[in-house]
Amino acid sequence: MPDETSTPTRPDVLIIGGGWAGSIMAKELTEAGLNVTMLERGHDHSTAVEGTYPGSIDELRGAIRKRLFQKLARTSLTIRNRPDQTALPYRQLTAFLPGEGVGGAGLHWSGCHFRATEDDLRLRSATIERYGENFIPKDMHLQDYGVTYGELEPFFDKAEKVFGTSGEASSVRGQKTGRGNIFAPDRSDHFPLPPMADTFSASVFRAAATDMGYHPFSIPAANASQPYTNPYGCQMGPCNFCGYCSGYACYLYSKASPNVNILPALRQDRRFTLITQAQVLEIMLDDTHKKATGVRYVDLSSRTEKTLEADLVILSAFQLHNVHLMLVSGIGQPYDPVTQTGTIGRNFTYQTITSSRVWLPEDRFTSQFVGAGGAGVAIDDFNHPGFDRGRLGFIGGSPIWVNQAGLKPIAAAQGSGGKGAPRWGSAYKSAMIDQYRHSLGIDAHGSNMAYRDVYLDLDPTWTNAYGQPLLRMTFTWKDNDIRMNQHVVSHIGDIAHAMGATRTSLNSLQPGQPFDSRVYQTTHLNGGVIMGENPKTSALNRYLQSWDVPNLFVIGSSAFPQGMGYNPTGLVAALAYWSAHHIRRTYLRNPGPMVSA
Amino acid sequence: MTVLSPRPTIRKRLSSARALLLAGLGLLGLGSSGLPARPALATDSPLPAGLIEEGHYQAVLGDCAACHTQPGRAPYSGGMPFKLPIGTIYSTNISPDPVHGIGRYTEAEFARAVQLGIRKDGSALYPAMPYPSYARLSKADIHALYVYFQRGVAPQPVSPPPNGLIWPLSMRWPLHIWRWLFSPSIQSAQLRTNNQFSDPVLARGAYLVEGPGHCGACHSPRSITLNEKAQTAKDGPLFLSGGGVVEQWVVPSLRQENRTGLGRWSEQDIVDFLRTGRARTGASFGGMTPVIVHSAHAFKDDDLHAIARYLKQLAPARKETPWVYDPTTTERLRQADLSQPGAQTYVDRCAACHRTDGAGYGTVFPPLAGNPVVMTDDATSLIHIILAGDSTHALPTTPSAFAMPSFADTLSDKEIADLVSFIRQSWGNNARAVKEGTVRRIRQNLPQLETPAQLPKN
Repeated sequence: MPDETSTPTRPDVLIIGGGWAGSIMAKELTEAGLNVTMLERGHDHSTAVEGTYPGSIDELRGAIRKRLFQKLARTSLTIRNRPDQTALPYRQLTAFLPGEGVGGAGLHWSGCHFRATEDDLRLRSATIERYGENFIPKDMHLQDYGVTYGELEPFFDKAEKVFGTSGEASSVRGQKTGRGNIFAPDRSDHFPLPPMADTFSASVFRAAATDMGYHPFSIPAANASQPYTNPYGCQMGPCNFCGYCSGYACYLYSKASPNVNILPALRQDRRFTLITQAQVLEIMLDDTHKKATGVRYVDLSSRTEKTLEADLVILSAFQLHNVHLMLVSGIGQPYDPVTQTGTIGRNFTYQTITSSRVWLPEDRFTSQFVGAGGAGVAIDDFNHPGFDRGRLGFIGGSPIWVNQAGLKPIAAAQGSGGKGAPRWGSAYKSAMIDQYRHSLGIDAHGSNMAYRDVYLDLDPTWTNAYGQPLLRMTFTWKDNDIRMNQHVVSHIGDIAHAMGATRTSLNSLQPGQPFDSRVYQTTHLNGGVIMGENPKTSALNRYLQSWDVPNLFVIGSSAFPQGMGYNPTGLVAALAYWSAHHIRRTYLRNPGPMVSA
Repeated sequence: MTVLSPRPTIRKRLSSARALLLAGLGLLGLGSSGLPARPALATDSPLPAGLIEEGHYQAVLGDCAACHTQPGRAPYSGGMPFKLPIGTIYSTNISPDPVHGIGRYTEAEFARAVQLGIRKDGSALYPAMPYPSYARLSKADIHALYVYFQRGVAPQPVSPPPNGLIWPLSMRWPLHIWRWLFSPSIQSAQLRTNNQFSDPVLARGAYLVEGPGHCGACHSPRSITLNEKAQTAKDGPLFLSGGGVVEQWVVPSLRQENRTGLGRWSEQDIVDFLRTGRARTGASFGGMTPVIVHSAHAFKDDDLHAIARYLKQLAPARKETPWVYDPTTTERLRQADLSQPGAQTYVDRCAACHRTDGAGYGTVFPPLAGNPVVMTDDATSLIHIILAGDSTHALPTTPSAFAMPSFADTLSDKEIADLVSFIRQSWGNNARAVKEGTVRRIRQNLPQLETPAQLPKN
């Protein structure tokens, strides 16, 4: 590691954040011959340490004590539901779990690796084409990405090959193939690995969904179904369904992560420098405020403040931190929900997710401890572009899936029995055993639209350990998304019946239900520094380049104009490769705005 | 990546292997030449194109850096400690510094040192320097090597620390006797190696294995006087038939024994193993890993194939019943029959990577079924790796590295003995069981475990 008190040498490119987006950008830009320095606020993470078996699958240390997640003692955010409330700090990791350390959320994720639908990327245009402009609710900021599925397809493909994604295609180069998702758009190639095997629960769901005329498919999983070597020469082991994906470093090297799939190649490259424990406080600008000159950061190992300059700055931290750093650096105009001006903090979105539980007869063993984060069977019948929302009157949709990711002992004990079940005594124990052996979860994992009064800004009261204002989240569920979720969940009961359920506990969002930050939902946070075609309504152009500071690119789900029904990582990775491709092809030859404002 | 630094344990292991040899000899003594000499190679004369690169490649083939470059220090500046029970000695500076290194060596003096073990001042080198093997180097290769060490390496004006040895072990003259008894002349060595094969690929393989590669230094048995019992393929079946136990790792045979040698490894398996430290048939561990990291992975493709093809024609030293996969254990485990001692531990601790069928997963997790190093008569390696763990290494040829954790803190001697016996007797391996006392003895002499900072980063 560099000397603790020295300042590292000036690179060509500074990358803020060592997760998927940062690692992809670092790989691409070192390939372009540039010297790249990546700043990561946490420690380095490796399979041989965090993933050492059996210490790696210690649930108390992993999911309960949040081993791989953000340390809230130094910085957090404040949360409120409505603009007329006072926001309070998020003091315990509950609803969402940002990562910390090399690999970021890409180390502790599950591995569900979706593309986007064609409509997801141009949802405003597609909605108007299908249902007319009046179909869009007042105060919904429905927007297009400015990039199409066709343009992104080579980069979805590249990401899948780097991640070693297991899945089954439906259509490759126009040819019908396999039993993949029939609603998925055409692909240039197959998945690099065959799909993960169905757990028993997923096979029951697949059979019932087929009988009911739905179109089940294997969830694309960045959990390797076989040993794999990716285009960078990085190797993965095969998944054994141990169930310790989300929240853990995979001891079998079978869950894709920047640490396993990209950084081994980067660490061999002299042009790449990794600085850990570097908490970036600010992207520095020159006097014109049109050019980033570098970053100011705290070296947490020596507790000294340092600056580092570069020609190009890539902001690729977690979504919340991307927005925060833009705001505290004074880049772009902060979003104002009253005047609806400004872009930074605009279109903050999340994901609707509700989990229902289904019990099968006692002679059918779902063995909930078995699982893999990305494995399972889904239907897209309530999420694909052609699903008719016109008569239902909402925008968006949800895949429904059985994604048996492995129920760990403590989580099983905490969640035993479903709503209204006893919390102690022999009835509790019996319910826990019953649930562990015979139940399964069915999720509606859906979209979340952007709204005028849902946004991110800087908190007027609370500060972090470095004296900076905390990010403030103003978020709640809105009618469109609640109705969408309720409609989708209403079909889960029928599927459960077809599966032979003896009992169901269906969960959906309820009208007027506020967002509850005390309950885990997902870590799929989006927006706040969104891409688009108009600098008045987006912070970035279609290449994820800042409209205001052209030598700054902001990569991540912070660029999503709204939350889609799928997990975000596949789209984050594709957008990173897309942006890098155009930086290499266009920007480096002629640095400056790639789209005229 | 600029923060990458070599892992010190790699070099330590190798040097310890050599040190063991020295300790056995009890013939120690090292100093720097005090004789004045003219500059050896005019630095302004033009060189044939590619000669320095060729010399560098010769240095890779001979793995000179393994002993003469200390991790974190300038290349070839020496100073690598060899810790022995009788004191510590240090490898020499072979950079072209005229005072501290070999800058004043003429090419003839250089050749005499490398190939005959005689220093510029006429005293003898330790046979830890594998000059009986290097004696086979061609004049052209020695020339390239000489030019590289004079012109392609930066002079380092540093001397290794003085050796701390006690008399009479510090005397050097007995080394000449050893040299005279066991080290061949250059001419006889070259003739012996070069005349074995008419096939040019096999001839090249013989040259690489018997010469610069000095494989026999570890893989051939040594006599009580610590000379290699055989130095060439022509010397008979002891050559490369396994070299005993070094630093608690069993050095296996490289001959064609079906069970414990390379009998079931294809030419491509051997090439893959040397280039990447991993093959479908087994992964590198213990003392072989540094050889791959510093040397073998960078061999040219043709040379790797020549080595593999040469090894493939070395007749077995021992007759062994061919290994045949026996599915009994696999079937028992799949029926949840864990009645065999060690079976429960195997399923809990090992099977995730090595599978209940013992087949492992390709080049990621090596097989235990039919793996030669599992079936060697001496089970030390298997016990050692379970206690200490080990890892493959990130290389330019293969950036991923895989770590096996240490089970020293989680498994008792009895559990390990049962486990090792279980592995050695499953899937047709049919090797002898091991006793608890053997595990205890190996545990007591376990070298320091790798620290988290030394482990692979992926």
